[in-house]
Amino acid sequence: MLYVLQQTLNALQLGSIYALIALGYTLVYSILRMINFAHGDIFMVGGFVCFAAATYLQLPFAVTLLLAMGCTAILGAGLERLAYRPLRDAPRVSAVITALGCGIFLEHFVLWLSPYPQHVPALLQNQTWSLGGLSVSSIQTAIVAIAVALMLVLDFIVQRTMLGLAMRGISMDMKAVALMGVPVDLVISSTFAFGAALGGAAGVLYSLAYPVVDPYMGVLMGWKAFIAAVLGGIGHIRGAVLGGFLLGAVEILVTAFLPSTYRDLTVFTLLLMLLIVRPHGILGRPTLQKV
Amino acid sequence: MHVNRRSGILACILAATLAAACEKASQVPTVHIGLIAELSGDLPAVGASSRTAAEMAVSQVNDAGGLTIGGRSYRVELAIEDNASKADQSASAAQKLASDSDIVAIVGPNASLGAIPAAEIAESSGMVMITPWSTNPKTTLDTRTGAPKKYVFRACFTDPFEGRVLARFALDTLHAHTAAILYDQSSEAPKSQSELFKTIFAEAGGTIVASETYTSGDKDFSAQLTKINQSAPDVVFLPAYYNDVPLVVQQAKRLGIKAPFLGSDAWSSPDLIKLSDNAVEGFYFCNHYAPDVATPEAARFVRAYTETYKRAPDDVAALTYDAFGLLFEALRGAGQVDRRATRDALAKIPTYTGVTGTMRFPEGSGDPIKSAVMLQIRGGKFVWVTNANP
Repeated sequence: MLYVLQQTLNALQLGSIYALIALGYTLVYSILRMINFAHGDIFMVGGFVCFAAATYLQLPFAVTLLLAMGCTAILGAGLERLAYRPLRDAPRVSAVITALGCGIFLEHFVLWLSPYPQHVPALLQNQTWSLGGLSVSSIQTAIVAIAVALMLVLDFIVQRTMLGLAMRGISMDMKAVALMGVPVDLVISSTFAFGAALGGAAGVLYSLAYPVVDPYMGVLMGWKAFIAAVLGGIGHIRGAVLGGFLLGAVEILVTAFLPSTYRDLTVFTLLLMLLIVRPHGILGRPTLQKV
Repeated sequence: MHVNRRSGILACILAATLAAACEKASQVPTVHIGLIAELSGDLPAVGASSRTAAEMAVSQVNDAGGLTIGGRSYRVELAIEDNASKADQSASAAQKLASDSDIVAIVGPNASLGAIPAAEIAESSGMVMITPWSTNPKTTLDTRTGAPKKYVFRACFTDPFEGRVLARFALDTLHAHTAAILYDQSSEAPKSQSELFKTIFAEAGGTIVASETYTSGDKDFSAQLTKINQSAPDVVFLPAYYNDVPLVVQQAKRLGIKAPFLGSDAWSSPDLIKLSDNAVEGFYFCNHYAPDVATPEAARFVRAYTETYKRAPDDVAALTYDAFGLLFEALRGAGQVDRRATRDALAKIPTYTGVTGTMRFPEGSGDPIKSAVMLQIRGGKFVWVTNANP
C-alpha cells in the first residue's frame, strides 16, 4: 500500500509537468487548428533560462519562475509573429513543417551556445518528510502545487475574462469574431504567449525535479506531452490536464508493477487502445467539417 | 550579367583549388588521420576530450619534427568528423573518411553505439580503425563469422572483463550479497555490461534482487528507483553514461536510497561530479586508468594535458592519446603510408606501453589484454581504490 502511494506521488510529479506542456499544444490547436511542434523546445528554453537565472544571477525561485515564463512568453509570441502569422492562410501542413523547423532552430541555437548538459543549482531547499514510511519531498509538493495553481489561473483567464471569451470565440469562428471587432492578431499572440509561458514554467519545475538541462531535453518531453494532449482531446484545456496526469500515472504504474523493459510498449498499447475506443480523446467531441 | 557572375565564381573556385594544390605540393609530405568524435549530441564531454587529446598527440609529433616513415619525415594532419553520438552519423562519417584516399587510418568513435557501425565500414573498406573507448565485444568481431575483424582495434579493455571486475569488486570489496541493476536498454555498452554483471554476480553466490531498465532520453527514474528501494539491495549497479548518472543518483537520494552505487567506465567524466551536486560522493566505478597514481608515461601526459587545456584528462583523453600512440608506432613500422601496410604493422605490435598501462595484443585480435582500476569519488575527485588485473 505504501509502495502504491509512493509511486502515486511519483506519478503526480511527472504528470503535472506533462500536463503543463500539453496545455501549450492544446491552446494553440484550439484557436488555429495547428500543432506547434516547437513547443517542446520552448519548454527546453525555459529550462535553460532557469539555469542561467539560478547560476549567473542567483535569483530567488519565484523571480526565476516569472523570468522564465516571461522569456518563453516573448519567445512564443515572437515565433507566432515571425514564423506562423505569414503562413496563416497557407496550407496547414506548411505551418506544421515551419513549427518543426523552429523547434530544430531552437535546439541548435542552444547547442551553439553550449553543447554541454548543465547542472541547475538547487532552487528550493529540499526537505524530505517521512509520513509513516512514505517519503514526501518538499520539491515534489512544490511542483504539483505550482502546476495546479497555474492551471487554475489559466482556467480562470479562459472562462472568466474578456480575453478568454475572445479566445473561445476565435476557436469557434475566427472570421465572425473579427467582424465583431475583436483584435484577432492580438488574441492569437497572447494565446501563444500563455501557452509558451506554461511551457517555460514546466521547464523550471522540470529543473527542480531533474536538475540537469540539455539542448535535446525538449524533444522526448514534447512528444510525450503532445500525446497527452491528444489523449485528453486536443483543443480541450481540461482534457490536456487530464491527459498529462493520465500519461504520467500510466508510465509510472506500469513500471511499478510490470518489468520496466516493457514500459513504453505497454504504455503506448494502452493509449492506442483508448484512442480506438475514443478517437477524439477522452474529452474531445467529433467536430463537423464545414464545406 | 548572370553568366558573368557565374563564371566569376567558377574562376574563384578554380583559383582556390589551384592555390590549395600548389600549397600541398610545396609542403613536406603529410599523413592524414581521421578522427570521429562525439562533439555534439548526448556525450559532448567525451567528444571534447577525444579531440583535445588527439590534437595534443598530433602536435607533439609534429613539434618533434614529424613522423618518420620509411626514412622520410611526415607531418601529421587530422581530419575531424562529428558523429553527434549517433549510429547513423558514425557510419556516414566513417564512409566519408574511407572514401578519401588521403586518409590512412581512423581513430574513434568512442562510444560503442557509434563505434560498432563505423567498424563495419572500416573493415569493409580495408582501413585501420582504432576505437579508444568502445568496450562492446561486437566492435572488433565480425558479425557473420564471429571471428575478429582484421582492421579494427581498440585501446581499452572489453565489457566481459569489466563486468567481471565489477562483480568481483561488489562481492569481495563491498561485501555485497544482494545487488540491484538499473540500465539503459537502448544503449549497447550498458546492456552488455549489465548482462555480464548479472551472470557473474549470481555465479559467485550473490543475488540480483531487482533488474530495471530505462530508455535513452528518459529523465524520470522515480518509478524504477522506488522499486529498487523496495528490494533493499546492498549495492546498485548503474552502468550508465555520465549524462544519465547525475539524474539517477539525485533522484535516488531524494527517494531515500542508502545503498552505494557502482558504475562502469562510462562514468568517468569530470562532468559527472559537476552535474551531480555531491550526490555521487562515496560511489565507486571501474576505469581505464587512475590519474592520481600515474606511471611515468601517464604523469608526463597528465602534466602536458593539464598545462594545455587547464583541466585534468579523463580516461577518454588518455585512451585517445594511446590510440594515436599505437597508430604512430604502426605507421613507423609500416615503412610506407598505406592502409594495408599500416594494418599489418599494427597487428604485429605485441605489447604497447601507453598512458593507460601496458596493452598486450594476442595473436590475430584487436582487443588488448590490460588491467583496470577501481576508483571512488571522494571530495569531488576520482580516487584510486584497487587495481584489477586480467
